[in-house]
Amino acid sequence: MDLLVVLSFEALKAVASLALISVGLAIIFGMMRVINLAHGEFLMLGGYAAIVATKAGINIWIATLLVSPLVVGVIGVVIERTIIRFLYGRPRDTMLATWGLSLLLVGLATTIFGNTTEGISAPAGSLQIGDYRIAAYSLIIIVIAIAVFAAIWAVFRFTRYGLIARSTMQNADMAAALGVNPSRVYAVTFGVGAGLAGLAGGVMAPITGIVPTIGAAYVAKAFITVIGGGPAILAGTVSASVMFGAIDQIITYLSTPVIGEVALLAAAVVLLRFMPQGITGRFFRRAA
Amino acid sequence: MTANWQGNGGLVAATVLGLVLLLALPQIVDPVMMIELTSYVIMAILALSLGLIWGYGGILCFGQSAFFGIGAYAYAIAVINFGDSTIPLLLSIIVPGLFAALLGYFLFYARITDVYFGVITLTVTLILYKVMGATSGSQYVIGAAPLGGYNGIPAVPPLNFPGRPELALSFDGLFYLSGVTLLAVYVGLRLMLKSRFGQVVVAIRENERRAELLGYDARFYKLATFAIGGAIAGLAGCLFANWGMFISPDVFGLAQSAQVIIWVIVGGTGTLLGPIVGCFAIQWIATKLGAQQLLNANLVLGTILIGFVLLVPKGVVPTIGDALRRLKFCPYVAPLVEQRRVP
Repeated sequence: MDLLVVLSFEALKAVASLALISVGLAIIFGMMRVINLAHGEFLMLGGYAAIVATKAGINIWIATLLVSPLVVGVIGVVIERTIIRFLYGRPRDTMLATWGLSLLLVGLATTIFGNTTEGISAPAGSLQIGDYRIAAYSLIIIVIAIAVFAAIWAVFRFTRYGLIARSTMQNADMAAALGVNPSRVYAVTFGVGAGLAGLAGGVMAPITGIVPTIGAAYVAKAFITVIGGGPAILAGTVSASVMFGAIDQIITYLSTPVIGEVALLAAAVVLLRFMPQGITGRFFRRAA
Repeated sequence: MTANWQGNGGLVAATVLGLVLLLALPQIVDPVMMIELTSYVIMAILALSLGLIWGYGGILCFGQSAFFGIGAYAYAIAVINFGDSTIPLLLSIIVPGLFAALLGYFLFYARITDVYFGVITLTVTLILYKVMGATSGSQYVIGAAPLGGYNGIPAVPPLNFPGRPELALSFDGLFYLSGVTLLAVYVGLRLMLKSRFGQVVVAIRENERRAELLGYDARFYKLATFAIGGAIAGLAGCLFANWGMFISPDVFGLAQSAQVIIWVIVGGTGTLLGPIVGCFAIQWIATKLGAQQLLNANLVLGTILIGFVLLVPKGVVPTIGDALRRLKFCPYVAPLVEQRRVP
């Protein structure tokens, strides 16, 4: 019984982490049709922001939950203005340019921070469940993921920015005719996506530690989740995270973490064979 | 008729030029540089394989190094088990070709968009990197070949004369073999693209729906192009395993995949000469960068990639080709680069 609780808890944590590292990518891809191959590097920058801020004496919660998203969000806006905005409507070139950006950011981080693993210790201790102990920080990740998704949903559903953003993504020319400045909306939306990636990077930093090349570990999983999820940003990310996170955890429990990741990828390829539009392309079509 | 003659004239000129370089370079270049040069030639074969499937097939494959690595591993594992290198060489072509066909079946027949295709192929490479990295320990053995995790497989035996394991290929021999292979792949691809099959492949790149309405199954042609590209990449991987006598999961790494893309986009998509030129140029720059400490190599390569996408999206060779054609200059050089660009 205790084992079952611990296992489902671990599965829940895997789902939450997957959703958290994917949601920034899902927003940038889902709303702007921009495939951001530098997503992993945004997470890496978020991790470094959290570590640098913590080492400068800032409270770890402020560092991960506030400094990381703000720093990376600002970087995102700058990148959108200098590179991405020239490439709208050219998905292939956008992918190539963001791949170049990914290399550039890895090079930059290596130059500044060196090629060693930096870390901060995870706050909060552990919880006792029967005979097992689990890290309390896992519970915090789950809570943060739920809070982030609720906040995104609320922002896009209820706020003026959310309305303007959704309308611009649906029909930029019409929105412009009604007085919206689409290029500003694009810049802000890219910044929001980047900021969410930064937040995820900051939150994951105490668990994984940070090296300049850590982005590669995230980017594959995040892309699989977003593509598997399909057109609906939030429902897609959540449903794909649940499916892939559960597969990953179950196979990992039965064999090794690496086989778990292989199973995740194989599941994604087979899923796309039968649902090329992703999960929400076939189910929950009307979800947000 | 004239155009046809010019096309063949370009091909003959390229072949002669390639043979001259192949024979002359070892005489004028010092031995240390020859080692570098051999790896450039091997990588140029890899670049050609992507030049085919991306530039002509219109398939955006971000994981070409997956087939390269699978070819290298297939050769290394087989040659350690067999001793003689004939079958391992064939396996290094067949195994990645089949893997590409299997992956292509799932992806092309699902008709996913090219952007998704790029992401999935990239993911496959990254997963292979992890899988091969996790094979350290004595239980991960195929026959007599330990896989060795991130340390890779050391002491990979060299190629030998078919059936005679004692007649192993020398290092000079590897240069000539790689050079001849590069030339053969180049000429072979040129001829293939002139054939009916190649024309259909290009037609699908230009307008997939129109080609399908004319009765060609785009999925099958893409799958075949992809498998051929995978097989060529595997052959390059086999030569690479010979070059270093060593193979590790780094061949599947993100850096390796990015490099192939950079070679092709710098040289120019839609040409066969472009990927070769781009490969040599970027490899040379990377070697120079490796020798100094001031600038990080990733930083420079990333900047080059962004710069080319934004400023020279056609790549070097088509841009020069356009300039030459505008000047009505040199009827033998222009046909080399007379290819249309991927839209």
